[in-house]
Amino acid sequence: MIRHLLSAADLDADNATLVLDTAAEMANLAGREVKKLPTLRGRTVVNLFYEDSTRTRISFEAAAKRLSADVINFSAKGSSVSKGESLKDTALTLQAMGADAVVIRHSASGAPHRLATWVDGSVLNAGDGTHEHPTQALLDAYTMRARLGRLDGLAVAIVGDVLHSRVARSNVLLLHTLGARVTLVGPPTLLPVGVDAWPAKTSYDLDAVLPDADVVMMLRVQRERMDDAYFPSVREYSRRYGLDAVRMRKLPEHAIVMHPGPMNRGMEISPDVADSPRSTIVEQVANGVSVRMAVLYLLLGGQHK
Amino acid sequence: MGHPRTAGPAAGKTILTSAELARVVDRIAHQILEKTEGARDCALLGIPTRGVPLARRLAARIEAFEGNAVPAGVLDITLYRDDLRLRGTRALGPTSLPTDGIDARRVILVDDVLFSGRTVRAALDALKDLGRPRVVQLAVLVDRGHRELPIRADYVGKNIPTALTESVHVLLTEVDGLDEVRLEEKH
Amino acid sequence: MTTYLIKGAAIVDGSATDLLIRDGVVAAVGRDATGRGAEVIDADGLVALPGLVDLHTHLREPGREDAETVESGSRAAALGGYTAVCAMANTDPVADTAGVVEQVYRLGRAAGLVDVQPIGAVTVGLAGERLAELGAMATSAARVRIFSDDGHCVADPRLMRRALEYVKAFDGIVAQHAEEPRLTVGAQMHEGDVSARLGLTGWPAVAEEAIIARDALLAEHVGSRLHICHVSTAGSVEILRWAKQRGIRVTAEVTPHHLLLTDTRAESYDPVFKVNPPLRPSADVAALRAALAEGVIDVVATDHAPHAVEDKECEWGYARPGMLGLETALSVVRSVGLSWDAIATRLSRVPARIGGLTEHGQDPAPGVPANLTLVDPAATWTVDPAALASRSRNTPYAGMTLPARVVATFLRGSPTVLDGKAVR
Ligand SMILES: [Zn+2]
Repeated sequence: MIRHLLSAADLDADNATLVLDTAAEMANLAGREVKKLPTLRGRTVVNLFYEDSTRTRISFEAAAKRLSADVINFSAKGSSVSKGESLKDTALTLQAMGADAVVIRHSASGAPHRLATWVDGSVLNAGDGTHEHPTQALLDAYTMRARLGRLDGLAVAIVGDVLHSRVARSNVLLLHTLGARVTLVGPPTLLPVGVDAWPAKTSYDLDAVLPDADVVMMLRVQRERMDDAYFPSVREYSRRYGLDAVRMRKLPEHAIVMHPGPMNRGMEISPDVADSPRSTIVEQVANGVSVRMAVLYLLLGGQHK
Repeated sequence: MGHPRTAGPAAGKTILTSAELARVVDRIAHQILEKTEGARDCALLGIPTRGVPLARRLAARIEAFEGNAVPAGVLDITLYRDDLRLRGTRALGPTSLPTDGIDARRVILVDDVLFSGRTVRAALDALKDLGRPRVVQLAVLVDRGHRELPIRADYVGKNIPTALTESVHVLLTEVDGLDEVRLEEKH
Repeated sequence: MTTYLIKGAAIVDGSATDLLIRDGVVAAVGRDATGRGAEVIDADGLVALPGLVDLHTHLREPGREDAETVESGSRAAALGGYTAVCAMANTDPVADTAGVVEQVYRLGRAAGLVDVQPIGAVTVGLAGERLAELGAMATSAARVRIFSDDGHCVADPRLMRRALEYVKAFDGIVAQHAEEPRLTVGAQMHEGDVSARLGLTGWPAVAEEAIIARDALLAEHVGSRLHICHVSTAGSVEILRWAKQRGIRVTAEVTPHHLLLTDTRAESYDPVFKVNPPLRPSADVAALRAALAEGVIDVVATDHAPHAVEDKECEWGYARPGMLGLETALSVVRSVGLSWDAIATRLSRVPARIGGLTEHGQDPAPGVPANLTLVDPAATWTVDPAALASRSRNTPYAGMTLPARVVATFLRGSPTVLDGKAVR
């Protein structure tokens, strides 16, 4: 197994499948009365969050605690290099504390890669800037597999602000590794220059993509993007790229609707779609804990001291 | 886990042949029947990898001798091991318990080789998180000695005194394609 | 003053000869050159080049003496074979008055390791709003001829036009850092495949090319000289070729790092590879090498940009852009295949002419100021950041083994480097 999980590209098909299979066993254990496992007793997992993300932090915290790891929450919210301690100083502190794993969330792309050069423990990327969010991609893949029974050959449409989305980047890489066919959909302004090199197709036309999609994943689109002229108005965006009940009818019967959260209801997804039985949004949260348990177990269990 | 062991001709000394192994399994089945009043309220839980087919064989033999069905399940202990740091991550296997659970039952853990006792300790820990059996017992095909914990087996197929430089390999058709027990010098 | 007799150096036309250096000038050239009491330097197998001239150096003093000083930067320059460097204006305070440029000029004289020629800011505080007192800087003791807001682009086309026109009065030249700022808001690296993958905001080639095209047309319109700093894209090369064919008086520089390194270096997220303009894909690197060979790009300039450790040992997005260059430039350009004559042209003769540094950039001949450097063409060396003379460590070449080593540098007849070591 790999030492760090910095990018979804760190996982080959065998390792990715191992994570998903392990997560499935973890999910079985979650049904027991005694949920706690002794596996990582005596290990220290640090949650180093430079960005406010209660959902992701709690998910990692629950995962680590169910495996009996000691969890230290190191919230660096609001701090930047300009004021206070630098990432390197923090890394050296964590190193001195003997952190076995550091889960890092940071607004700067590549911050986990830097951290990995300064600490001996495993580094888990819990979202870095506009780069990647590999455990989100794993839990999305897990959810797809659980709902649809397979990933190989699945048609997945990822819709919205691909340019700024770490979820999209990680999903494209992981889904491609696992044999799914990804189509990225959005206004041309929100698809990055250089997207042609990704293992995915692109489209500007959501209505044309929906009839063949097994999965449609709606990305969060921040209203402020309008101010930078990525699109003219919220109304025009949601008319062209939002998923509402009318548009959802274009999907095949079996298709599911995903969203990494937090949602902008009324922007990229309408409330009735978000709450429909085809939406997996609640499952995604539950699956997040199982997937993160699997990742922690495989990364930490695999360490040779 | 479950890697088939290569069975080359020069690979050590045969301790039990296929026929002998079958007789040993029968003997354990008889011992269980004797000591448990016909295996009433018993559940056999195999410890992966080779404990699982052994538990199934024992259940089948008990049913053949006595006519009563004994449930055989699987207890995966991977997450309870204390040697993860040393031996690295393994893939998890499923745990499957009898449909009506293990509470108040006599649970017999089944494994192929009893050595340090650490596997059994992990199994006891795992069991504790799953329910509250009335009695827990242990059945092993081979006891090779060298215990590191105060653990003993209730049913032993064969005692094989070994040196620490040796290793005992139990091969079972379900996993390895043949039935045999071998003693090898470690390299 | 010591007299030196350099014996057996190959001058760039290829022949080995002896050079007598006395009273700050080359006194004699040829196998019969002799000097009574001269200290003899055995230069057998070495190449003698006119001392290198850098049109683009950041010395950081005043303001960031923790990263570099005029003295430490001068020492790095001398070790790299330079005898003159042009110090960029983005110091703190900005070199936008006669006072600051004279201060830098005097610090350079005091260090005495290379000639430090200050560059003056085009606009007050590099703010791009009002012209700085360009004439006062030109007539100061520093005799400024190159003006640049480098680090920033003179983005306002009207202001750029005025600057180009105004400096004609004293034969000045505006050196433009070509970067349309509205196209590079938040930019971190070249915009392309790699930036898309790494999730780093892209710096599109067009942001450079659009400014070069605009400024070439402005220079043509007002009949001025224009210099383009650190050209980094194939598209820029095409525009420069077109402008030169049209007779526009434009010159251009390329950095050693843009001739050697590509944008894939960003994959490590190690900010030692963060620079502005950013490292580009290999197709651009190839076009830049060809343009230099062809003369569409006139000179190699280092854009030596020292940065303190805390500005580089951090997240990519928070790091300052820039790389050390003075001590590695000669070896890097040699590694990409420049001949010794091309090196003399692109790193000495032409930059001296563009910068109006009349004492520099001349091949050794009787009566010429003795600014020259001796290079061992057969030596190789491995770049160790800790061993560099710069106060900073941000070299992108750490661990690389490069060809050619500077053995000695002479500034007006005095050695600043001997046996590969700084004299002081
Ligand atoms: Zn610049």
